[in-house]
Amino acid sequence: MGTRDCQHICGESSPAVGEAGKTGEWRDSFPVIDQEKCLPVRQNKPSCFLCWLYCPDAVISRTIPIKINMEYCKGCGICAQVCPAHAITMVHEEEFCPNGTD
Amino acid sequence: MQLMVDTIEPVAFGTRNDSFLRLAESQKYHLCMQDYYEIRWHGRGGQGAITAAKILAQAAYLEGYQGVTAAPSFGAERRGAPVSASTRISPQTVMVVSQVEDPNVVVVLDHTLLKYEEITSGLVRGGWLIVNSWRHPKELDLGGDFNIATADATRVCSSLGLIVAGLTVVNTAILGAFIRATKAVGMASIEKAIRARFPNREVDINLAAIAQTYEITKLEKIR
Amino acid sequence: MIFVSKKIAKKASGWILDGNHAAAQGIKLSRVQVIAAYPITPQSPVTETLSEFVERGELDAEYIAVESEHSALAVCTSASIVGARTFTATSAHGLAYMHEMLHWAAGSRLPVVLVCVNRAMGAPWNVLNDQQDSISQRDTGWIQIYTRNNQEIIDSIIQAYKIAESVYVPVMVCYDGYVLSHTEMPVDVPAQKDVDRFLPPYRPHTILDPANPKNYNLVTLANPRVNAEGVLCHGYMELRYLLQEALQNSRETIIRVGQEFGELFGRSYANMFWENRLDDADVVIVAMGSLAMEAIVAADMLREAGHKVGVLGLRVFRPFPKADVIKALKKSRLVVVFDKNISYGLEGATCSEIKSALYGSSVSAVVRNFIVGLGGRDVKARELVDAVNKSLLSVKEGDLNKEYPEWICDI
Ligand code: SF4
Ligand code: SF4
Repeated sequence: MGTRDCQHICGESSPAVGEAGKTGEWRDSFPVIDQEKCLPVRQNKPSCFLCWLYCPDAVISRTIPIKINMEYCKGCGICAQVCPAHAITMVHEEEFCPNGTD
Repeated sequence: MQLMVDTIEPVAFGTRNDSFLRLAESQKYHLCMQDYYEIRWHGRGGQGAITAAKILAQAAYLEGYQGVTAAPSFGAERRGAPVSASTRISPQTVMVVSQVEDPNVVVVLDHTLLKYEEITSGLVRGGWLIVNSWRHPKELDLGGDFNIATADATRVCSSLGLIVAGLTVVNTAILGAFIRATKAVGMASIEKAIRARFPNREVDINLAAIAQTYEITKLEKIR
Repeated sequence: MIFVSKKIAKKASGWILDGNHAAAQGIKLSRVQVIAAYPITPQSPVTETLSEFVERGELDAEYIAVESEHSALAVCTSASIVGARTFTATSAHGLAYMHEMLHWAAGSRLPVVLVCVNRAMGAPWNVLNDQQDSISQRDTGWIQIYTRNNQEIIDSIIQAYKIAESVYVPVMVCYDGYVLSHTEMPVDVPAQKDVDRFLPPYRPHTILDPANPKNYNLVTLANPRVNAEGVLCHGYMELRYLLQEALQNSRETIIRVGQEFGELFGRSYANMFWENRLDDADVVIVAMGSLAMEAIVAADMLREAGHKVGVLGLRVFRPFPKADVIKALKKSRLVVVFDKNISYGLEGATCSEIKSALYGSSVSAVVRNFIVGLGGRDVKARELVDAVNKSLLSVKEGDLNKEYPEWICDI
């Protein structure tokens, strides 16, 4: 079976979860959310969601509380940078699984 | 096919790390040159797998192997993303320019990568899998007909303070485990290669890391 | 079991370099005076290294930062006109962007040397290796030299200046992106004093100089014209004839320079292509660049299986060595050409050249063409072996002419 089945005649892709591969594998640190500091949670209404807007992998949900799909979160730290409430901190993977566990 | 080099003399240098010197001397009589090595390195972007591949190639060339090449896996590089690199070592000029397919040594700088199948893909029967891990080779629980060596290079590096931007840099240290397992190159050549690649102030700490990792390497050979 | 003592395992004193650093060393040793380049993957380390050489005072050159490749080559041609030895380097889209200036440099007969680190052309985007970029520029009037390894890169660059400045034709030295540019291997870096003996200072054919005003590259119409001094001057066509003549005749210079290089440095380049066991070969693999190395491995495998296989590794693509090719392929019955490029709608460029060389000659070999390695697709020796075996089989079955090339890919 060859590659013709994709039916493309030029390089193309559509925005979709996982289109760039399992970007979660790139991660060497990951975001941890302190929900109590998160503005939508505190106000109990849709607000802020800057992390949702800025996440380049679109893996943050626009929900209360926000959720992050760790399979594709590449650990870039942009969400932590843009969060006005400092609700997100980046934790190093090694610190989390120091002894060879995953 | 095995080539034996009976005497490889340590090269005299000015300042040098004590444990490294001892090691260079003790190694004098059992260096064993196999005819052809294809080594694949796995790490994450930023861990220095490519630098390690190059240092080893340089050392092997100084050792007397006429053919060496060191290459990154070709493609985009991203910090944190799994990356690989390769080193080829041969007594004759290396004519192969395609990517390594069936390595006889695989070196893994980050144990968290072991979960991916491609790490050991193609590793030949009787080859070596060398992993930066605190575990004993048996505890890695990897099936396969290859030898396994492990060393906690991360610990060695953090105790020596070989840390850059908050990350322990294990790429040179793991060379100690490589040498212990394969005996492909001597410490004297490694030292020369390290001196050529690093500024003076970083030489000793890297040599110490290699020596200490060499000492703590655990080997598990298949029967 | 083979035992070797320390005496036999000769210790090398040398160092390993990747292709880009080898290129930068070659430029430095050639005492280049003006460098203008714009970074592009995978060429960037060449210009970065050169800018460091200049910054540290190791290379007495003017490094001109430009805003595009088009400007880079414009700077080189201008500097060359006023008498400087010049250099630029690029890849893929950068080379395409230089296209217009490539014609200007050749048409003005300026001995600019350019390094092209071969990379695939978009679309789609790709930064990896094939030879589409430089092959697309084959008709610009430049000499094109392809290299198989990093030693050849440094050696070819040094020779390129001597060739260019002898025949007044610009030279493009091409090497495979990543496969060579980012792969370290042993390289013997020649001593500066030896290079100085080999490569005399640049003597321009014309110098633009306010003290001796000249109009250079003026509008030149079709027919010859008589100038103010009453001299009958070339028309456009006569000048273009001279460019073709220069390339036709440059073969001799290329071989002489390669031979002189060998006498001084022990590595002879007195050839237009590398021959590997062509003497008794009835099957010949043709490849260019690093693929010509992998092809030797494939030939070894095929020899082991009992086939008489040789390799013709093209080194100089322009001027194309027609007569030499005919001679080298005299005994061949099957020629399998592997191309990392394609002239869309026809076939791989080297295949076309080989076929055109053989036309009307006494060689009646079947020529097969395979398109391989586009956009960095890995090409393994075993794949070359399969392709040769497949060709042998189809020829045996009476299939002597294929209209179009075959591809090694997964379509
Ligand atoms: S912004 Fe970056 S770190 Fe945050 S969730 Fe998205 S991918 Fe992960
Ligand atoms: S940016 Fe911070 S405060 Fe805003 S939604 Fe995200 S986590 Fe909550």
